[in-house]
Amino acid sequence: MSPMIRLSNIKKMYQMGDEEVHALSGVDIEIQKNEYVAIMGPSGSGKSTLMNVIGCLDTPTSGLYELNGTNVSEMNDNQLAKIRNKEIGFVFQTFNLLARSNVLHNVELPLIYGGVGSADRKRQANGAIERVGLGDRAHHKPNELSGGQRQRVAIARALVTNPSILLADEPTGNLDSKTGEEIMGLFDILHSEGNTIILVTHEEDIAAHAHRIVRIRDGKVEHDEKVKNRKIARAHTTTTA
Amino acid sequence: MEFKEIITISLNAIKANKLRSVLTLLGIGVGVFSIIGVMTAVRVLQNSIESGLSNLGTHTFQIQKMPMMAGRDAWMQARKRKDITYAQAQTVAERLTTAEHVGIEGWNGGNTISLLSGEKTNPNVGVAGETPEGIPTNNWTIKEGRSITNNDLIHSYPVAIIARDIETKLFPRGGAVGSQIKINSQRYSVIGTFESKGASLGGSSDNFVAVPLTTFMEQFGKQRSLNIMVKAKGAEVYDECLEETRMILRTIRKVDPGAEDDFSVFSNDSLIGTFNEFTLYIKLGVGFISFISLLAAGVGIMNIMLVSVTERTKEIGIRKAIGARRSNILGQFITEAIVLCQIGGIVGILVGIVGGNLTALAFSVPPVFPLDWALLGFALCSVIGVVFGVYPAWKAANLDPIEALRYE
Ligand SMILES: Nc1ncnc2c1ncn2[C@@H]1O[C@H](COP(=O)(O)OP(=O)(O)O)[C@@H](O)[C@H]1O
Ligand SMILES: [Mg+2]
Repeated sequence: MSPMIRLSNIKKMYQMGDEEVHALSGVDIEIQKNEYVAIMGPSGSGKSTLMNVIGCLDTPTSGLYELNGTNVSEMNDNQLAKIRNKEIGFVFQTFNLLARSNVLHNVELPLIYGGVGSADRKRQANGAIERVGLGDRAHHKPNELSGGQRQRVAIARALVTNPSILLADEPTGNLDSKTGEEIMGLFDILHSEGNTIILVTHEEDIAAHAHRIVRIRDGKVEHDEKVKNRKIARAHTTTTA
Repeated sequence: MEFKEIITISLNAIKANKLRSVLTLLGIGVGVFSIIGVMTAVRVLQNSIESGLSNLGTHTFQIQKMPMMAGRDAWMQARKRKDITYAQAQTVAERLTTAEHVGIEGWNGGNTISLLSGEKTNPNVGVAGETPEGIPTNNWTIKEGRSITNNDLIHSYPVAIIARDIETKLFPRGGAVGSQIKINSQRYSVIGTFESKGASLGGSSDNFVAVPLTTFMEQFGKQRSLNIMVKAKGAEVYDECLEETRMILRTIRKVDPGAEDDFSVFSNDSLIGTFNEFTLYIKLGVGFISFISLLAAGVGIMNIMLVSVTERTKEIGIRKAIGARRSNILGQFITEAIVLCQIGGIVGILVGIVGGNLTALAFSVPPVFPLDWALLGFALCSVIGVVFGVYPAWKAANLDPIEALRYE
């Protein structure tokens, strides 16, 4: 079976004046359906750049990116927008909700751009809100919610289109550790329900929820391994890693 | 993406910045207001003129010594003309072949009408000396009693037909026909009453009394210029009839060939034409100023939209990240500009129509709703919204999602 994601020799270069910054300098990764991957690495190593490429928010300078067997590198703007809408669910460190809109409208938004009719949209959005446990907050504005609740809204928004992959760039970075654990619990459940999840973190605790850890340094994959003792043996992993 | 969603998003954005939105649409509103206000006022005056100022009937024209509307110089020139005499007018009436009716009349203003018992009107009543055919050419209709006859004219009988204002004032309980009245100090019997003509630009059209022309000249003097009113036999012969009348008058008044007429001709058409010529300059002037102010308002819209795009960079990034296409963002911001302009336009149109109709109130004529101008104003606002909204919207649509998301 061909992998859901195949990155071969992906490079991303930024021109800063005379200087070339290589955010990614030749990344090869394959990710299968229903994998649960944590991407780790020091600050500035290229984790976010990699996530943005996978999420079709950014286009690589060179290299091949295949998503579900189609070559994403050759797609135009509108095709990429469609992929972002249908295939990708993105969760950000800073939540990125529309401040003026309530929870329901925030979660509905991808469906609006996907052209889903009003009635279906409401039903699906409410379903996603229920799944993240915010059924009683559908008509609240983001500023009436706690950080953890906001991230749940963002997850509901990412889920609502039933995407192929959930991408989360440091989803617990702005949360305290207890709330972070709760959010990770939610990702665990979503994974067990069959979703493919890729998340960026620099906390070993958080990465321990995943089945596979990809370590990046200076824009290159340094280490790619299966997690032997998952969350159950969290204390072990933390000390040994 | 449904149209309804775009509208909702736009309205929400406009509501989110109420004060700014109101100030922006005020600019558009004022520009549209001035157009609609003036056009409504002009329309009111036009209607009033068409319905009242000239009380002539269809394919009828009037000839008189003085012009109807003229500048000071032309007016002073015209005063030197010879009077149109009763004899000249009668000759015209005899010789004309293409006329259905030829009426001859003289006017005297500022009279008091009274009952023998002493009840009287204000001293502002017009008295018209008319030949029998002067009644239909003036488009007057008898309500009760009878009209002026040739017999009345030949014998200079002291008989009068009174219009509505006089009737209401002196005979509030009816019974005018057959009663005696005095015009100033002379006694007349009332033989009929006129249907009301309603009000027009100059005030009431019902404040007059008509008497036989000969009787009129005995009371008010023969040294005066008379009006000749000609109703052509039909629309087809109207021009021919007008030409024939001019030629007859020129001949009997001995106007040199090549010299200008020494009398003035006017009809409903020529009056409306003169008025339209006059209002055209007002329309052009106001149109130009409004266009400039709308342009300024448009630049204001663009400015606000650019600020709005910058302020909402992050929002645009979020929308793009979850699948908004370039066209979605473009549509959202253009729609916002259009809706903003249209709200301003509607306000301007409504206030303009109300303001313009104050002239209707002032001249006590019916108000108008200038649908064509209202639609044009609305379309103009929409166009301004598109023209000045396109660039900011295009800027928003072309933002890079990653950079937009990173924007704080
Ligand atoms: N828009 C940009 N312009 C220039 N350099 C950039 C840009 N985005 C990222 N970089 C550089 O690319 C490298 C990787 O950045 P990033 O992927 O954000 O790292 P991480 O998420 O691992 O901290 C960094 O050196 C960063 O400075
Ligand atoms: Mg990062």
